[in-house]
Amino acid sequence: MLRFVGRRLWEGVLTLAALVTLTFFVMRLAPGGPFSPNRKISPEVLENIKASFHLDEPVWKQFGRYVWGLLHLDFGPSLKFRDYSVGDLLAAGLPYSLTIGLWAVVVATLVGIALGLAGALRRNGTTDYVAGTVGVVGVAVPIFVIGPLMQVVFALKLGWLPVGGSNQGWRSLVMPVLVLSLPNVAYISRLTRGSMIEVLRENYVRTARAKGIGPRRTLMGHALKGALLPVVAFLGPATAAIITGSILIETIFAVPGIGRHFVDAALSRDYPLVMGVTLLYGGFLIFFNILTDLVRGWLDPRVRANG
Amino acid sequence: MAEIRSLSTFELQVRRFAKNRLAMLSVAVLGVIVALCFAGPMAFPFTGEDADFDFINAPVNFASPHLFGTDDFGRDLLVRVMEGGRVSLTIGFLGAVTAGMIGVLYGAVAGYAGGLTDRLMMRAVEVLYGFPYVFLVILLNLLFGGGNGSLFTAIVFTLWLTPAVIVRAQAQALAKREFVEAARAGGMTPWAIVAGHIVPNCASVIIVYGSLLVPEVILSESFLSFLGIGIREPQASWGNLIQSGTSAMDTDLRLLLLPGSLLALVLFCLNFIADGLRDAFDPNER
Repeated sequence: MLRFVGRRLWEGVLTLAALVTLTFFVMRLAPGGPFSPNRKISPEVLENIKASFHLDEPVWKQFGRYVWGLLHLDFGPSLKFRDYSVGDLLAAGLPYSLTIGLWAVVVATLVGIALGLAGALRRNGTTDYVAGTVGVVGVAVPIFVIGPLMQVVFALKLGWLPVGGSNQGWRSLVMPVLVLSLPNVAYISRLTRGSMIEVLRENYVRTARAKGIGPRRTLMGHALKGALLPVVAFLGPATAAIITGSILIETIFAVPGIGRHFVDAALSRDYPLVMGVTLLYGGFLIFFNILTDLVRGWLDPRVRANG
Repeated sequence: MAEIRSLSTFELQVRRFAKNRLAMLSVAVLGVIVALCFAGPMAFPFTGEDADFDFINAPVNFASPHLFGTDDFGRDLLVRVMEGGRVSLTIGFLGAVTAGMIGVLYGAVAGYAGGLTDRLMMRAVEVLYGFPYVFLVILLNLLFGGGNGSLFTAIVFTLWLTPAVIVRAQAQALAKREFVEAARAGGMTPWAIVAGHIVPNCASVIIVYGSLLVPEVILSESFLSFLGIGIREPQASWGNLIQSGTSAMDTDLRLLLLPGSLLALVLFCLNFIADGLRDAFDPNER
């Protein structure tokens, strides 16, 4: 088990290193720069600005400087938000992004599993059809269509919830969380339904039933654990989907999180901020992938043996 | 005497697909939308980039020349949506085919070669899998300078991984089969074996997962255009039309609903078709 964790951590560090390198050089190679503005600046001033951010040095030297800073947990200064460091900006935005992201994972997992189980236990019943419809809609209708539509209905027409922002406590969380969790509710309920139907046919479930321990214990004690394996395996990639979605959600609902920063920073070539957001999200993704593998190994001895 | 012709596996699979009503309906609807997007704009005397200053923000009116009205520049909404569909659908299909081909070749080579080659190739895929892929698409799109070509390249670059992993697993199993060994004994070169034996035998897996790539590419494209990074004004795409629709949604829902519902409809159809293909071609599923 320890070797398994060690190997995964090592791979994670490798991935992160590759991510830092690739992002850094892609960013520098992209045309345009942070200080090519509409306003005319005299070349001397531009030179001075560049020198103060070390942008006049050769790229490999800048890279070395950046990595050295990272090793000291220094993400560097933001080029657009004067007087703020990337660390400050990330620390300010992270609580918003994390709250929405984590709630979305919780809602998606609970609702998804419940819908999937209901569908599998009463196949072709009403719940099954409802779950099926939610599944199809969640997969096919993009976040950036559902989000604005919900804003029109619940905020502009009915006035129940704020259109966006973050200043109304839980009320401003409802729509972002719901919209962000919807595609994942769809995937999780599909996965649960499929694997539950399969597991209910397995020999060990039949054995449990034959022993006469009652339907509830058969289901909760024996079948559910096996049926949740593919769902757990999906939670790693689901984190990636939630990260993707959060960029959209933060744009649509005007949430001051870090996903929104990324798009703006990439467009205005705020190199350190782009690096910071990428690194943070990359780290999250890797962390959740490792966590997923661990939970899978704990649930399923076969995974452990192969790992 | 009546001749009894036996059906090939492929014919059986096609027949099984044809029996799936939802999938066939989706094919028909998708066909209509594709035809509309490619032929539709020709039926109008103006293009989606022509501004008509007599009709600015015109509402839906089937008697006027602008059936679904115009936007705030006086550009015809219906024509813009059809032109946007042309862009989105083209990128979707071409992108899926390209990403699929790269993935299939990569996976087939890795799976057939095995050993160190396989390990190195799959390690590279794993590292790329660990990347938050949106970030990569956005960055690559900037690197290639924006515009349609760079958008296409960025999307393809990030979406070939899944087909590669799937085909590699299949190729690994195939590489141990007798007919591949026979081909090797008969003196076929490794490349010829990969192209002539491995890839064709992965066909059904490729069809099933390839069909899932199309909606994924379309979604990526419209996602980026929505954020203002993909296809930019004045060229229309469903993503940037939806984006401009959201900024006017409190006064005029039409601008959001027309492109939004068309995009959703296409994604519905593509998902149903993919489901149908999976049921027909992949007996292990379900």
